[in-house]
Amino acid sequence: MNHTGAAMHLHEYQAKQLFEQHGIPVPQGRMVESTRDAAAAAKALGGERWVVKAQVHAGGRGKAGGVQLVDSLEAVEQVADRLLGSNLATRQTGSPGLPIHRLLIEATVDIARELYLGMLVDRGSERVTIMASAAGGMDIEEVAARDPKAILTETIHPAVGLQGYQCRNLAFGLGLSGAEVKEFSALLGGLYRLFEQHDASLVEINPLVVTGTGELLALDAKLDLDDNALYRHPDTSELRDPSQEDDKERQAREHGLNYITLDGDIACMVNGAGLAMATMDLIKLHGGEPANFLDVGGGATAERVAEAFKLIVSDPKVRAILVNIFGGIVRCDLIAEGIIQALQQVEVQLPVVVRLEGTNVDKGKALLAGCGLSIITADGLTDAAEKVVEAARGGQA
Amino acid sequence: MSILVDSNTRVICQGFTGKQGSFHSEQALAYGTRLVGGVTPGKGGQEHLGLPVFNTVQDAVDETEANASMIYVPAAFAADAILEAADAGIEVIVCITEGIPVLDMLKVKAALFGTDARLIGPNCPGIITPGACKIGIMPGAIHKPGKIGIVSRSGTLTYEAVYQTTLAGLGQSTCVGIGGDPLHGLEFVDCLERFEHDPHTDGVILVGEIGGTAEEEAAEFIRSHMNKPVVAYIAGVTAPPGKRMGHAGAIISGGKGTAAAKFAALETAGAAVVRSPADMGTTMQGALARS
Repeated sequence: MNHTGAAMHLHEYQAKQLFEQHGIPVPQGRMVESTRDAAAAAKALGGERWVVKAQVHAGGRGKAGGVQLVDSLEAVEQVADRLLGSNLATRQTGSPGLPIHRLLIEATVDIARELYLGMLVDRGSERVTIMASAAGGMDIEEVAARDPKAILTETIHPAVGLQGYQCRNLAFGLGLSGAEVKEFSALLGGLYRLFEQHDASLVEINPLVVTGTGELLALDAKLDLDDNALYRHPDTSELRDPSQEDDKERQAREHGLNYITLDGDIACMVNGAGLAMATMDLIKLHGGEPANFLDVGGGATAERVAEAFKLIVSDPKVRAILVNIFGGIVRCDLIAEGIIQALQQVEVQLPVVVRLEGTNVDKGKALLAGCGLSIITADGLTDAAEKVVEAARGGQA
Repeated sequence: MSILVDSNTRVICQGFTGKQGSFHSEQALAYGTRLVGGVTPGKGGQEHLGLPVFNTVQDAVDETEANASMIYVPAAFAADAILEAADAGIEVIVCITEGIPVLDMLKVKAALFGTDARLIGPNCPGIITPGACKIGIMPGAIHKPGKIGIVSRSGTLTYEAVYQTTLAGLGQSTCVGIGGDPLHGLEFVDCLERFEHDPHTDGVILVGEIGGTAEEEAAEFIRSHMNKPVVAYIAGVTAPPGKRMGHAGAIISGGKGTAAAKFAALETAGAAVVRSPADMGTTMQGALARS
């Protein structure tokens, strides 16, 4: 399956609140933000054992120590104290990981079986597709790679919605029987309603457990919402947790820029997403390492370019900058003026290579050459890549 | 001398009187596109840019016999605009709008299935047959009537391919931006098939990017159905997995949709793949000289 990309991630506890609203059973639990509340929550939940779960936007929390089973209120407090305020690095986040500001304290569950249930927009079939597997609790991508037949799928036609037979196909395929089949169908119906009503792009329950008494429970919950549809869900927009996002990526988004941090030392600023990716590749092809993906959009106005320079220079790894703009509707001379204004406004100590192409390119280059700033102009993509790689190396010498 | 649109294509603009619609309609008129009117609900009966404004696409089609539409309405209204165009019998629907919710597109695609409407985009630069018909936001001046078909998921990267083929003296038959969204209308294969059958197209440049399987499907089509040379470039070799690279559709998920896999599929299929986006024009020149 190849799900669609644009997404706002929710925390597990937020997803479970939405689950409850749509009739999907979840374990008893409370979200807390302090050590004291953690112990109080465990006490209120009752019982003798609890699970303390770090709320971060990443999978693989269990193996990274972010999910702890404890059997005393003192232990709840100790684990909460250790987790809150620390960072959790999982196989998905890498180092340094994501900050833990919230915990979910849950009652333990008597687990008989662990299943997997997922729902996503599949770009291949152009349908909302359900995936289910009896191999729950494991990395589903590994299961898919090892044994594709272990994953059952159903695709939903948007005009007719989820049908009863599709639920039964999956339920019996998972080895459920008796009352479990009806319970599963009801759960799946709730999940599809949630998916549609909240413009989800991905929801995963891994594991979905069958308890010793034959009840179904969503033990974990992952929910991504379509960024493009947030305008019609002002309530869910408030669930965004900026602490889980890259600072620079968030700052970029606020200025209408598309920015992603990479590991290299050559920054680039480009108009258009495809050309921005191509520019990163070109830097690599000529022996350099790109420091970022950055699309300033079609206009490439002085304000946007200035914001882009600010973002770039805030990354201490960067040793040289490549500005690659194809002037289409917006003429190159106007873009050159924008770059000059931006460079006068933002102090940039690093070498800046500019490649302009398109309408009025000669005027644009003349402006850059005559502006008194130390801008290295390039003729063509290859020349630009060579010059910026050389500039970055020069900075190291 | 082209695919999908030519000098006889009668175009209307949905979102005609808005800022984007007005600007790009003026550009289209200046280029010589046969723009015959536009649609803005509530402004029917008025005149804009010297052309009639209609309340509905059906009114516009009835009055002007339009057979193509360019859509510049905001994302929240774009799915509705596409379906309205299709229902009124518009054959070529070009949706420039970026940021349409994916569940909206899912319904649009299901509704268009089995109809004669051909959707280009959304989130695309549009389509141009140089010297004849420009529907979209691409800069007309860099194009030159000629013999290369260009099909691409990216806007500015299309302009690179256009510019290079113009400098190489080859020119373009038609350039189609199929868009950067995961769910969109015409695919690479639909365009390759038309270019293969177009007597005035001598070769095709395909510009792909990470995410999805459209390039792999294109490779299969090239292997089994194409005689004309294809030059292919894929953006995103250095893109990290799991990150959306600007376009909603440009994401490597679950190890699928990598540039390496796409390059390999296209190379195996017999396309001339270029690792540098600077080499698209010259490589096409070489391929045509050999064929």
